[in-house]
Amino acid sequence: MESTTISINKLNAFRANLSSSTLAIPAEKLSQAFDFLAANDFPTTRHEDWKYTRLARIANLKFEPQSNTISQETTKICGNSLRFVFVDGTLTEKPSTLPTGLVCKNIQECNADELQNISANSTIFECLNLAYAQTGIYLQLASKTVLDQAIEIVQINTANSFLAIRNFIDVASFSQAEIIFNYPSAEANNSFVNAVSDVFVGKNAHLKIYKIQSEKGANYHVSRENVVQEADSNFTISTSTINSHFVRNDINVQVNGQNSETNLFGSYLLKENQHVDNHTVIDHRVANCLSNELYKGVIYDKGTAVFNGKVFVRKDAQKINAFQSNANVLMSDDASVNSKPELEIYADDVKCSHGSTTGQLDEEAVFYLRARGIGEQSARNLVVSAFVNDALEKIENEEVLNYIYGVIQKDFGWEF
Amino acid sequence: MIKIKNLHASIDGKEILKGLNLEVKAGEVHAIMGPNGAGKSTLASILAGREEYEVTDGSVDFDGTDLLELSTEDRAREGLFLAFQYPVEIPGVSNVNFLRTALNEIREYKGEEQISAKDFMKMVREKSAIVELDSKLASRSVNEGFSGGEKKRNEIFQMAMLEPKLAILDETDSGLDIDALRIVANGVNTLKSDKNATIVITHYQRLLDYIVPDFVHVLYDGRIVKTGTKELALELEEKGYDWIKNEVSTNV
Repeated sequence: MESTTISINKLNAFRANLSSSTLAIPAEKLSQAFDFLAANDFPTTRHEDWKYTRLARIANLKFEPQSNTISQETTKICGNSLRFVFVDGTLTEKPSTLPTGLVCKNIQECNADELQNISANSTIFECLNLAYAQTGIYLQLASKTVLDQAIEIVQINTANSFLAIRNFIDVASFSQAEIIFNYPSAEANNSFVNAVSDVFVGKNAHLKIYKIQSEKGANYHVSRENVVQEADSNFTISTSTINSHFVRNDINVQVNGQNSETNLFGSYLLKENQHVDNHTVIDHRVANCLSNELYKGVIYDKGTAVFNGKVFVRKDAQKINAFQSNANVLMSDDASVNSKPELEIYADDVKCSHGSTTGQLDEEAVFYLRARGIGEQSARNLVVSAFVNDALEKIENEEVLNYIYGVIQKDFGWEF
Repeated sequence: MIKIKNLHASIDGKEILKGLNLEVKAGEVHAIMGPNGAGKSTLASILAGREEYEVTDGSVDFDGTDLLELSTEDRAREGLFLAFQYPVEIPGVSNVNFLRTALNEIREYKGEEQISAKDFMKMVREKSAIVELDSKLASRSVNEGFSGGEKKRNEIFQMAMLEPKLAILDETDSGLDIDALRIVANGVNTLKSDKNATIVITHYQRLLDYIVPDFVHVLYDGRIVKTGTKELALELEEKGYDWIKNEVSTNV
């Protein structure tokens, strides 16, 4: 393996021209983040969490200002949603009115009080995000509020720059919401999006997040969701990464209350030299919970994918049902995947399973379809799209699903 | 319909077919019988276009086209159908969706219009009734979780949908109970016309009580060594294949 030792501090060089966050982040948390950054560098592949994802390319990014235009209409997913559009960090579109009980605004407008619970973190990209956060959404849903419209947050990045997006989402008890985070392609190159979302799911609250990454071009995306679930809550996140150059997702769910349900679904489609790394952690701290994880990937050309899913079941967290599965299809001899499911169980009365499969496309199935008159390319597409669809179908919002199908059809030629 | 001349084929350097000749005309049903390893399934695989097999000599004329020059999908589009010995399970691909795709690709190949959703569904209802296939199965994933009999009935259902000129049934009867066998045979007989033809590859005479062949061929050691009528099948059932083997070796 190529050595990735960075002898000079690349992180310092990277930070040299960045301006500090102007958000109302508590001073103590902000200075902690800066201290951490000053004392550290970008992780290398010797770091367990970054074993298969090399950051040298991010560390060496040179941002040359450039701007592109994109038709915002093409990024529209829902006919009737509460839509917030950010272009290069600036909020350019928002709903004229919001339903009662919902506060949803540019995080720049928040005061220190509202941001007092923002998480203080201890990884490079969380600290980098906090220290330089410029933009993002602040969402507060009052108790017992059920939204019948999805909240659609579009982040369009046309400039070749570093963009730190900080989202703060608090869905209070007995409330229900659906949030779409869409990162569409905007013909940018060499941009770097670093997004961190703090997500609080209150008692008996239901929250679904759909995250769609299809930035294309030589763009970099490192994002993280830090989720805390209270009792009787239900949290689902579906991450779809399609035709993206470099993506690292970290989803970290802390289940703090009993009788909760956690669903993590993911699909990733790669080609050329693309790299997608999904790291997930579900931490079952209490008993009587269910978690369910399904990630499916298809990798063409020289694409490389990483899946690392960790499930902790703490000592007294009995009667946990935790299921995890990752499956991959490699469409070329040069495609590769590193899949590592991990279970750490300290309780003795639990039901947990994990599985990981990686293989070639089922040629027998392709032959069968061809023998019925279906052309070779469409036969391959049919088999492989059915494979991924298993994970995509978990998306209950049909408009979201159709949008994703559209992106896949455009970029990969598959029909669903 | 199909003329196979002096067909030689091998897999991994081992010759399986050693000069096979066979002619099937429209309206005819031919049965091919023979002991294990004679090359029966190899013949079906080669006609369907499996790429693992290498044709080293001979020709196959399919209604005026050189079949061996065509890709698997073009053979199907020209009207060749193989009912698989082991139908493949394809998770996530719905039976009807894939059939609609197949039907439309065949139509496109022939320069015909796409089938409307309404006509297609009507066709699914009619054709699935022929093999008594539950309409629920028609909309499930291809063969996934189907019983052995359901898989074979699904093959005949697909055949009914695609209306091929030449159908090759590769051991469609193996593993079927008598009820499923009757249903499958009845399906094949219903679809029979003077414009199409059927090649039935089988181990057992039993199927031929239900699908009555015009000719019975015995395939042994890569060649057709004997041809007769349906009585030949009964004789084989009674006496086994040893007398054929002896006959062949004394002729050499």
